[in-house]
Amino acid sequence: MTQVTLTVNGKAVRRDVPDTMLLVEFLREELRLTGTHVGCDTSQCGACVVHLDGKAVKSCTTLAAQASGGTVTTIEGLANGSLHPMQKAFNDNHGLQCGFCTPGMIMSGVDMVARYKAAGKELTEHAIREELEGNICRCTGYHNIVKSIQQAAGEM
Amino acid sequence: MSENGIGKAVKRREDKRFITGKGKYTDDVRMENQAYAAFVRSPHAHARVTGVDSAEAMAQEGVIAVLTGPELVGDGIGNIITGWAITSKDGTPMKVGAWSALATDTVRYVGDAVAVVIAESRQAARNAAEMVDVAYDELPAVARGDRALQPGAPTLHDCAPDNMIFDWEIGDEAATDAALASAATVVELELVNNRLAPNPMEPRSAVAIFDEAEDHYTLYTTSQNPHVARLVLSAFYQVAPEHKLRVIAPDVGGGFGSKIYIYPEEIVCLWASMKTGRSVKWTSDRNEAFMTDAHGRDHVTKAKMGFDAEGHILGFKVDTIANLGAYCSLFATATPTYLYATLLSGQYNMPAIYGNVKAAYTNTVPVDAYRGAGRPEATYLVERMMTTAARQMGVDETELRRKNFIQSFPHQTPVIMCYDAGDFSGNLDKAMAAADVAGFAARKAEAAARGKLRGLGYSSYIEACGIAPSKAVGSLGAGVGLWESAEVRVNPVGTIEILTGSHSHGQGHETTFAQIVAERFDLPIDSISIVHGDTDKVQFGMGTYGSRSGAVGMSAIVKAMDKVEAKVKKIAAHQLEAAEDDIVIEGGQVKVAGTDRALGWHEVGLAAYTAHNLPEGMEPGLKETAFYDPANFTFPAGTYICEVEVDPDTGVTEIVQFTAADDFGTIINPMIVEGQVHGGVAQGIGQALLEQVVYDDDGQLLTGSYMDYCMPRADDVPFYTIEHNMTVCPGNPLGMKGCGEAGAIGTPPAVINAITDAIGTNDLSMPATPLKVWQAIQATRAPMAAE
Repeated sequence: MTQVTLTVNGKAVRRDVPDTMLLVEFLREELRLTGTHVGCDTSQCGACVVHLDGKAVKSCTTLAAQASGGTVTTIEGLANGSLHPMQKAFNDNHGLQCGFCTPGMIMSGVDMVARYKAAGKELTEHAIREELEGNICRCTGYHNIVKSIQQAAGEM
Repeated sequence: MSENGIGKAVKRREDKRFITGKGKYTDDVRMENQAYAAFVRSPHAHARVTGVDSAEAMAQEGVIAVLTGPELVGDGIGNIITGWAITSKDGTPMKVGAWSALATDTVRYVGDAVAVVIAESRQAARNAAEMVDVAYDELPAVARGDRALQPGAPTLHDCAPDNMIFDWEIGDEAATDAALASAATVVELELVNNRLAPNPMEPRSAVAIFDEAEDHYTLYTTSQNPHVARLVLSAFYQVAPEHKLRVIAPDVGGGFGSKIYIYPEEIVCLWASMKTGRSVKWTSDRNEAFMTDAHGRDHVTKAKMGFDAEGHILGFKVDTIANLGAYCSLFATATPTYLYATLLSGQYNMPAIYGNVKAAYTNTVPVDAYRGAGRPEATYLVERMMTTAARQMGVDETELRRKNFIQSFPHQTPVIMCYDAGDFSGNLDKAMAAADVAGFAARKAEAAARGKLRGLGYSSYIEACGIAPSKAVGSLGAGVGLWESAEVRVNPVGTIEILTGSHSHGQGHETTFAQIVAERFDLPIDSISIVHGDTDKVQFGMGTYGSRSGAVGMSAIVKAMDKVEAKVKKIAAHQLEAAEDDIVIEGGQVKVAGTDRALGWHEVGLAAYTAHNLPEGMEPGLKETAFYDPANFTFPAGTYICEVEVDPDTGVTEIVQFTAADDFGTIINPMIVEGQVHGGVAQGIGQALLEQVVYDDDGQLLTGSYMDYCMPRADDVPFYTIEHNMTVCPGNPLGMKGCGEAGAIGTPPAVINAITDAIGTNDLSMPATPLKVWQAIQATRAPMAAE
């Protein structure tokens, strides 16, 4: 067992968990934050993306113990009183259908926009599509996801 | 009328929970006394099971039980059924091999479940499953449908020694042969429709809860049709009687057909819950999904089409081998027959058609309906044929299509279907205008200057949706009726709950279904809620597949609203002392037309429930139910135009423009309809360029993860251009045809026709990977002089 200490969505948490526990299992099973999803076993689909110390990570490929001491934001912690511009953009643009990949898409989108802004680079349609390499959606054909991220990039 | 009514792009009401992480999917359910299931699966494609030793697994900490096939059968759990009876052309019934949820003596595909471990944690269950020692005697295996039907192929089921499930025919062979013999031109084509894995992003999951005190079961599961699941689990698998089994399909993360079926795992979880006295959860991982979710397509087809000297189609003859995998899944037998060959007429006048479909058992996961289900296979064949024929005859392919388009309706094809409405030339015109076909030559020249090969591909698809009426599908072998149900409950305060037998797993019913109610009663959409997915809450319904929830599901709501409206008008007429015919419902009021006499909508609701002043003999309450069975299938149709650029040095294809012009009849919410098209087109692009399930000759699955099976990513697809044409469907009250599958049906031939246009050969198969495209380009070039 390993003691894991984290700040998740602004709250300090501490749990003794098996060494092999993944961060996504810690979030879903220990904290019951079930908005973060598991859609594959090989770190490709991105349904599990959360922010660890301000960077997007795939929580299915991160051990809870690895993250210990860090600060995690999940989809449940993104809205701050009102919806985050990325969340609103997904609703405005019909950027989701079944909703399963959506938390990962939104967390990747937020990270993407922040990185491009910090680097002073333009987040073009092409760049959005390339940046979404690690997020798979089967419902939307990506059209409205790209539109959503474009809208939010203008508002964030 | 209502600002959120029919035709408005109302933003989705269900989104809030999904974008804030508050969706409730099956794997999010956790019971107090929950245990976890892990399945022991065959690593062999075909083998006798000679023994299962679970001693080591049972000795592991946290293991509660290891259960096997003989125990399951011993407890009376029935075999998995197929729901559509097909009769071979010689009059014999199809050959259905026994399929037990846990194998008893033989495994027939990699992933076939042999045993299940129930343990205190998911990890303990999975670790112990590795320790169950199954003894196998390996048998020869066959993975390809065409090979399975060859003499000497290994036999899967004793009831079908030649692996032939059925050898079925449709149409008139003699007339078709005569038409081909008289044709000025006969075009021949051999095509493979590649095998696909549906891949909804949410893996299948089940939580089974047995309440011993009540002798009652509850199953949370990833289902597109919870009532059908309950019926089958009860009537055929004998898990529990229907009134002792509640099936809940909560938020479901996509289905695309693969969540219609009732799989071994759900059956086993219910049974294991009873055996262990624990709630039992199982959630598939992606590797298991590739190994066990029903696959789609997998046809091998040879076809001939004959034309007269003017280019009119005379006859179409089709021979198809359909690989159905190791067992007949629920709707597997309908897919390559009545959902496929009945669409071989496409959008065209064809005087004679003959189709022969042979279905084969192979040592692969069962194949069943996947988005489009038979209709993509028909469209791929017909539309590649039309383009190939135009090239062979040296005529413009759009003119060849126009010349043969069906122009008047209703139109009876030679293969059962009677098309009720359409405007095929109008669809083509809209697509060509939006795709700027006139400017293509200039774009091609510009691309050539950059060393790129640019091509344009067409596909004019038609589909049959709704999968109804019940009497018709029953006469064709369906084991169920394919109507839909709805209940409209007006509460005493005037708010409305719609209980629908349809199920939403991404389609947005909570928005669109509410729109038709808001429109009809001119009420705020916030006063309407949609209830679905729980057999304890909702009357029996047939669920969502076959693009049927609009044309059939919403029609049921309309029928129930008709009854509500009639009662509302009776109550109002009575209280306002007016004639029923003079009562109108608008602006939240029930009024006497042309006067200021009115009751609030909510006042009528309250009056119905207080029952202090109702017409003589009227029952209290305001709640009506309807079961709607349509008069015909619906026939969405359209033209898709794909424009590609191929890099001849690498074989890489880029889709530079994709235009879809669809006729879906009445559209309730254009935003949602366009979203359905986007997703379907992406799946069609996936089939055309990227996706293929691969088994090796021994039946080993080589594409068991997203490392090996190429899903479409955002940078594989463009922004799509969507156009709508509209001919109203005469078969249902809203005039709807359905939009859920069109993209997946119409897209693949458009993409392949575009690539073959670009590279100058008809010889290209799906998925058109860079390697295949590069090789096809090399084959078109003059062979190198021999050294």
